Amino acid sequence: MSPFLFWPFALLTLIFGAAVVINRNPVASALSLVVSFLGLSALFMSLDAFFVGIIQVLVYAGAVMVLFLFIIMLLNLRAEVGRRINWLASAGGIAVAIALLVQIFLVIDRFQPAAKAFPLLSRSPIDDVRNIGALLFSNYNLPFQIVGVLVLVATIGVVLLSKRELR
Amino acid sequence: MITLGDYLIVSGILFSIGFAGVMLRRNLIVILMSLELMLNAANLSLVAFSRFRVDPSGLPNYNAQVFVFFVITVAAAEVAVGLAILVALFRARETTDVKDISRLKF
Repeated sequence: MSPFLFWPFALLTLIFGAAVVINRNPVASALSLVVSFLGLSALFMSLDAFFVGIIQVLVYAGAVMVLFLFIIMLLNLRAEVGRRINWLASAGGIAVAIALLVQIFLVIDRFQPAAKAFPLLSRSPIDDVRNIGALLFSNYNLPFQIVGVLVLVATIGVVLLSKRELR
Repeated sequence: MITLGDYLIVSGILFSIGFAGVMLRRNLIVILMSLELMLNAANLSLVAFSRFRVDPSGLPNYNAQVFVFFVITVAAAEVAVGLAILVALFRARETTDVKDISRLKF
């Protein structure tokens, strides 16, 4: 958790996250999102959450991004050109986002533990994945099965939505 | 020294970027991407809190990481369904601009 690693990856995540919103070309947005998620996965690993960092790369940078790029190229979307910007609406959106950011900063500023460094970890006899897996199959067994049903429902829903005749 | 607050601030800025994207952009695909950014900002603060609240045994609090696992699963399902709706909408209306899709029934 050295500052020399934290700040570069945090900046990478934030700059490419902003690039997702700023880019007018959807393909450029999707590729910026990949870089942003890779930086985020490095931040997860700096917090000793190796399992979460790995599934971040596998699920987001792997599966979700391929899905986004596939849909963008399937629909042959182009960069938005020639549509004028509604300045009033844009200013309103930016103002609301900045208000939210100020609010978050104020809350973190008041939050006492935020100024403390992270406590040291003792060396675990078993690794990260086994700890999470043990918890997932004991305490969180029912939510785990419900999530399985959710994924099944999503699969059936996607197949149904992709049918040519929606009736 | 990196504190808990640094991670929370990065998470807050990332959430605001995603929120601004949802408010500002009119392309449905970019709105979905911004939603992903917001979900991941929440995940980052969850993992930071998990690392901060160390158990008496000296391990991080894994409950938050299990929660992140669920969030990632639900987000993946959400993207799949959202993009399927987008494709169905594109077939019907030939657009992904939210300004052109302002009616519930057509």
